[in-house]
Amino acid sequence: MSKKENSKEKNKENKNKNEESKLMSEKHNEPVVTDDKDIRVEDVSVIFGTKKQRQEALELLDEMSPDEIREKTGATVAVKKVNFHIQEGEMFVIVGLSGSGKSSFIRTLNLLNKPATGTIRIGDRKVQDMTSEELRKFRRNDISMVFQHFGLFTHRSVMGNVEYPLEVQGIEKKKRREKAMEAIKMVGLDGWEFHMPSQLSGGMRQRVGLARALTNDPSILLMDEPYSALDPLIRREMQNELLKLEDQMDRTIVFITHDMNEAFRLGDRIALMKDAQIVQIGTPTEFFDKPANDYVRDFIADVDKTRILKVRSIMVKPTFKAKPGDSRSEVSKKVKDNDMQFVYVVDNNNKLLGYIERETLEESKAKKIDKLIKDDHTVIERNAYLSEAWPKLKESTYDLPVVDSRGRLRGILDYDLVVEALA
Amino acid sequence: MLDFLIEFPEWLMFNFSDFIDRAFVWFRSTFSFLFEFIRTVLLRSLDSVAAILNSTPWFIWVLAIAGYYAIDYFTKRKGIAWLTVAGVLVLWLIYYNAILINPHFVQMVREMESIPWWFIEQPRTPWTIYIVLVFLGAYSLTEWKTALLLSVLLFLIGAFGVWDAMVYTLGIIVISVFISFIIGLPLGILMAKSLVVEKILRPILDLMQTIPSFVYLIPAVMLFQQGRVPATFATIIYSVPPLIRLTFLGIQNIESDVVEAGEAFGSTPRQMLFKIEIPQALSTIATGLNQTTMMAVAMVVIASLIGADGLGRIVLIANRQIQIGEGFTAGFAIVFLAIILDRLLQGMANKLEYSEAGIDE
Repeated sequence: MSKKENSKEKNKENKNKNEESKLMSEKHNEPVVTDDKDIRVEDVSVIFGTKKQRQEALELLDEMSPDEIREKTGATVAVKKVNFHIQEGEMFVIVGLSGSGKSSFIRTLNLLNKPATGTIRIGDRKVQDMTSEELRKFRRNDISMVFQHFGLFTHRSVMGNVEYPLEVQGIEKKKRREKAMEAIKMVGLDGWEFHMPSQLSGGMRQRVGLARALTNDPSILLMDEPYSALDPLIRREMQNELLKLEDQMDRTIVFITHDMNEAFRLGDRIALMKDAQIVQIGTPTEFFDKPANDYVRDFIADVDKTRILKVRSIMVKPTFKAKPGDSRSEVSKKVKDNDMQFVYVVDNNNKLLGYIERETLEESKAKKIDKLIKDDHTVIERNAYLSEAWPKLKESTYDLPVVDSRGRLRGILDYDLVVEALA
Repeated sequence: MLDFLIEFPEWLMFNFSDFIDRAFVWFRSTFSFLFEFIRTVLLRSLDSVAAILNSTPWFIWVLAIAGYYAIDYFTKRKGIAWLTVAGVLVLWLIYYNAILINPHFVQMVREMESIPWWFIEQPRTPWTIYIVLVFLGAYSLTEWKTALLLSVLLFLIGAFGVWDAMVYTLGIIVISVFISFIIGLPLGILMAKSLVVEKILRPILDLMQTIPSFVYLIPAVMLFQQGRVPATFATIIYSVPPLIRLTFLGIQNIESDVVEAGEAFGSTPRQMLFKIEIPQALSTIATGLNQTTMMAVAMVVIASLIGADGLGRIVLIANRQIQIGEGFTAGFAIVFLAIILDRLLQGMANKLEYSEAGIDE
């Protein structure tokens, strides 16, 4: 419980992060969403049926369960008043059995499905209020999607598929091919660019799907059961690749799956859906610690947590980070206020430079903190499994900094947290 | 007293046929400008196609074929290659219509001391060119065995002595299929796009496909009198439904993932149609075109009843005079023609379906 509160406070404090993202979005090709790119979903429902059926269902929505509504009106309530907040850069996994409404829900985020109630905000924009021109631009620049059955254009080559999102924007051929080639290389398909999708294996086809979703460099990536159609070995390989890819870029990923193991391997946070509603939202550890009810308990029963829990899923966001050039007294004060033993120092790109101990801060007389930074810290990759992190953590006297593959500080791993998670 | 329940009484009858007659007369006189327009368009196109099929000398064909292969080889763009073929033929058509059959011009040339080498008073398309074209076409679409078979069948039509009738029939078929395509493709797309259009068109298509083909001859004759114009008109009406239906089906049956992907990446409706839907439906549309052609072949024979010349006329006359041999010869020629067209179009549909090169641009 306290952890949740903590993270809320941290949100407030991390407002300066929003400014960072504003700077980053300037590089982006005319994004429609300009504020932070958090996804805020409030009371969203999706109802399928004829116009009359939907109307009736809408009136009964608060009183009856989806099954009862179907019996009474014939309308299918696929999603019923779902709420949540996905933070920018988060890997958010929605898990649930087939028919639980997860696929219908993810399609509301880019308005492939129109929500019957509620609002969806991405950053400062309400998605439903966009004009068709804005929506098109939003889909072209801000959000893209990977499909369960790949959704490849079978009449186009791999290159033709991957360049499509750029082609519809009217980007000239040479330029778009260059960018498409980058995406093709990123998913490891170079050499295959002029093959047709029908000549590729399932795994390779989904790589094409992923490359296509990456070419227009969206800030939000929707993945609708992308690996469900693949066999287990390939699936695991693709999951690892996705984690690697995700590590290199700043994207919000909304990932849908029916496989709890997959959800726990990938997700920073997980939402479990059942009968059009959300049963529980939380980090993987929260699912293990406090399953909301028996359904959740059943669902996670066959998840092997030691093999699945990753550093990233139990780390906490640093309360406060210092930057070179900050004044010593201010940093010292904040450290004291937050009752921290040391503070990590990052540069403007959030790259970890080193740390300063509290004593050093308090004893020194320097004006700036620059000369106090020590860099003999050990770091942990955030995609490491807990078993790998454990030995390092035992040796260290302080909480360990968690970094991504580009050395950027993503969180802090606390001894107690690990003990708690494995208990 | 209750006799009227047993024998249908006269006072319950009304004159339905009279009603239709009058409606038709009204229709014809009110829209006479429209029918005059259709008549002119059909006649012109029939003449043009007949000119290409009958009166195009060998060197134009050689130029077109060589142009096709050369451009395909150098630019790798099939579209431009086909445009070249069309361009050569159209240029010839203009030259032929504007100059070669212009009586003043012919008179003028005749009065010259020596007739120039390029002046051919009555150019003829050599039959051998057809055989070469069928062979090349079938070879590129299917395999050489089929190509050989089709060429032999075409040769047999000539050997039966009904070559000119076949070319005449082919002209009507080509025009009917072409116009069916122009009408059918947009209607099929519209039907797939709009529920209202679908609801209106579906029963009409059902009706059109259940009405016996002979019935189409009557309004065709009433609107356009006798001859090849009503024959073409009736053929178009008869053969257009499968194309509309299959275009509709082709677009409807595109995998939902593919359509969603197109939308999710921000395609405009036009990009959606031309970059995704039509290319995805192309093989189904080609099958529709094949069926439309087969219907046209069937109808064009029946249309000889209202004055169309060609193979159908031979069958008709043979029927009336009970000349079994004559009738069967023309009958076989029709079958052969149908087989040739069917194989070529089916080859095209298959090729589109398994297209490995894809469509660039």
